[in-house]
Amino acid sequence: MSEKILKGKVHKLGDDINTDYIISGRYKFKTLDPNELARHLLEDICPDFYQKISPGDFIVAGENFGCGSSREQAPLAIKYAGIGAVIAKSFARIFYRNAINIGLPIIITDTDEINQDDTLLINLKKGAITVCNREKTLSITPFPSEILSIIEAGGLVEYFKKYGGWRI
Amino acid sequence: MKMTIAEKIISSHCKKEVKAGELVIADVDFAIAQDGTAPLAIEVFKKMEQEKVLFPEKIAFFIDHSAPPPNREISALHKLMRDFAKKHKVKLHDVGEGVCHVVTTEKGYVKPGDLVVGADSHTSSYGALNAFATGVGSTDLAAVMASGKIWLRVPESIKIILTGKIPEGVYSKDIILYLMGKITSRGAVYKSIEFEGEVIEELSMEARFTISNMAMEMGAKAGIMRADEKTVKWLEGKVEEKITPVVPDEGASYDKIFEYDISNISPQVACPHSVDNVFPVEKVEGTPIQQAFIGTCTNGRLEDLQIAASILKGKRVHPDVRLIVAPASRTVYLEALKKGIISQLVEAKAAVVTPGCGCCVGTHNGIPADGENVISTANRNFKGRMGNPNSFIYLASPATVAASCLNGKITDPRRYLNE
Repeated sequence: MSEKILKGKVHKLGDDINTDYIISGRYKFKTLDPNELARHLLEDICPDFYQKISPGDFIVAGENFGCGSSREQAPLAIKYAGIGAVIAKSFARIFYRNAINIGLPIIITDTDEINQDDTLLINLKKGAITVCNREKTLSITPFPSEILSIIEAGGLVEYFKKYGGWRI
Repeated sequence: MKMTIAEKIISSHCKKEVKAGELVIADVDFAIAQDGTAPLAIEVFKKMEQEKVLFPEKIAFFIDHSAPPPNREISALHKLMRDFAKKHKVKLHDVGEGVCHVVTTEKGYVKPGDLVVGADSHTSSYGALNAFATGVGSTDLAAVMASGKIWLRVPESIKIILTGKIPEGVYSKDIILYLMGKITSRGAVYKSIEFEGEVIEELSMEARFTISNMAMEMGAKAGIMRADEKTVKWLEGKVEEKITPVVPDEGASYDKIFEYDISNISPQVACPHSVDNVFPVEKVEGTPIQQAFIGTCTNGRLEDLQIAASILKGKRVHPDVRLIVAPASRTVYLEALKKGIISQLVEAKAAVVTPGCGCCVGTHNGIPADGENVISTANRNFKGRMGNPNSFIYLASPATVAASCLNGKITDPRRYLNE
């Protein structure tokens, strides 16, 4: 996995954030441009969310993040809005697949320990999150090695280009 | 090893015995995508630098989510799908043919024991045909087009046994909404649900699809039923191959086993803004409504239109209510025309629109105004789902929706049963 250390500010959301909230069907069906989708990220539940975030910031949520439709536009909009990673207690399964397939880091941990506006330092390889402003460290549930190989490649497109097909 | 249905089907598609928790690359028997997901899958396929769809006969595209297209941006995406389908000889179901999950089953693309993926979350519908069917993303679909395979984690299974006698005025939609309230929208995340029991056996195939369709609203990866005589009869004339039902082994391992007696349940309503916010109809009767919608992959089949028409025929929808009906497919539409169901609905003041998903998913064909309440036969009532975050969606059976139309407020359909 990437040696890169992620650093950013926390934007905290609740449980069951569904893909209709992440990117409304109003936009999903209209364009393939992920930058345009990113501008409407989470706008039905957090107006102006896109304006409030800086590149590298984190979305931190509760249980079942990304439930609902299969739209890959949901993790794409998050990625192109500049979000460095999504951290949640659990993810809905299609969102989890899609995030891995497009190379958006997703992290499972007990997010009750993270507050709005915290600054986090994440080392994916070491599997640790540091809450900088409170000198607290959280552990991360590691990925299975097969999934790690897709993430390491940067997503399934790069994986297919690199290996010409499946190598698991 | 004793295996669940999911373990058996996935094992037979990766040529080794696998158990829950393992990660595999599995062969795909059939894959679908719709106009909200196929354009992105096509883009990704090109980015993967792929030249050829490996098994084009195993792929179908559906233009159903915005059909006919309400603006030129969407028209362009539809054209992208048509051009790609033509070039790569992928099956294409164009404007007017209907909702992907309904057309897929009508065409006989899925049979018991198959492993099916779809770039649409309600692909779980085909579980009613004893197949392992699950929703995936656009990149997954691109990989399936390129390789015929997909990565999967073999899911743990949950068994739901339904017993008792189905009460009058209660339909399969009420049963799955009742289960939503019990199990909640995250009660089955990543799991494969096996539905069984006398209640499932009693239901028609059409009614069974409604339950497998909404299994995913509990977070499930699949919602599988056993194949019985009804399944085999339903597949007659649609599937030519020999039908080999998949049954779980005695002693297979389940995370949880739930048993519910549904003999005394009422018609159910899911209230805004989540599918598991479910109440018996008595608790919400009287809530005013301004729009009603009958259709979708959940409840837009012939039986559903027939149930609605039996309540609406010879009557008029309340003057404060707009009723929109979208037959789920062209086949359903034609059958409903022949049986006089469409006349009964239109005479009752329904507006019938092109078979498709638009109204449910908020692309067109009935976006509610600010502050309005909608009662719908769909499967989701998330804030903004129908295109306006300031409206309120209630989910119910076709019978409850029809009864509510007559009164202009949420109404117990049992009031109209013996008329």
